[in-house]
Amino acid sequence: MRRKIWGFVLGGLLVSFLLAAFVSPFASKAPDGLERISADKGFAEKGEGGSAWRFPLMPDYKIPGVRSESVGTALAGIAGTLLVFAVAFGVGKLMSRRRAADSEPVGQK
Amino acid sequence: MHIPDGFLSAPVYAAGYAVSGAVCAVAIVRANRRLGEREVPLLGMTAAFVFAAQMLNFPVAGGTSGHFLGATLAAVLLGPLNACLVMATVLLIQCLGFADGGLTALGANLFNMGIVGAIGGWLLFRALKAILPKSRWGFLAAAAAASWTAVVAASAICAVELAWSGTSPLQVALPAMAGVHALIGVGEALITTAVLSTVLAVRPDLVSAWERNGDCGLRSADCGMKEARS
Repeated sequence: MRRKIWGFVLGGLLVSFLLAAFVSPFASKAPDGLERISADKGFAEKGEGGSAWRFPLMPDYKIPGVRSESVGTALAGIAGTLLVFAVAFGVGKLMSRRRAADSEPVGQK
Repeated sequence: MHIPDGFLSAPVYAAGYAVSGAVCAVAIVRANRRLGEREVPLLGMTAAFVFAAQMLNFPVAGGTSGHFLGATLAAVLLGPLNACLVMATVLLIQCLGFADGGLTALGANLFNMGIVGAIGGWLLFRALKAILPKSRWGFLAAAAAASWTAVVAASAICAVELAWSGTSPLQVALPAMAGVHALIGVGEALITTAVLSTVLAVRPDLVSAWERNGDCGLRSADCGMKEARS
């Protein structure tokens, strides 16, 4: 059963990496709904006062120092997809491990 | 629809953090008790897919783009509270790693783009599934309608937050946000149904809302993916 789950999961991850690497460079560069409305309705400048978090590794899905925008976006997409998987999987593992380690019976309610 | 820093006033972003934090706390407590070993890789995969798919902005009318949110899809696949954890992971990494969405607005963004679709979208999906024909088409139609509604509802709530913050009057922000997101929601519904029909074709046993056949409430014993049966 475990192998079958992992086959499906690896397939889903492969699709995700392919999207992040090869489709994201072709994504629309137009402003999204909120960005567009903030410009049209005159409140975009409220968001230009600098961000509260000063250490984004790959701001705007680009890698600092990578000259080609497409390559930068693709690499940032791969890195982000990997990071999101690792964090979600790691946090999930921690929670399910804690549950497994819990000696009290669970599932009563 | 990621709100940057500066758009929301302090009471609004504090309220966003309070509500989203409370929902996340409930989701974490539940996952601690009930998350099955088998669900963990699926949780990670769904989060990775949502992140990658959110990068793919598609053009909608008039030089504007939109992207997939994925919260309703995640809820149909994994259950609503697991979907909240997925969306929290994605939005946190987008915010800290990619400067997509402000840190002050993270709570509000998680509420709008995560919790509204994961819990609200999932409740609507459940209601629609109950009245639509008990078939694959009924299931997919319910998911399409719920995911579209979740995107439009998220945009309307975003407009309310902007108005509450004094950033843009409601009569300006609400029609503009809901109007463009009615189009973006069509993309959301198409991606949601495409992914669900693929998973239903390959591994229907891994779609929580399909497998549970409608009897999975927020308070029921197991809203997540099937427990380990190996």
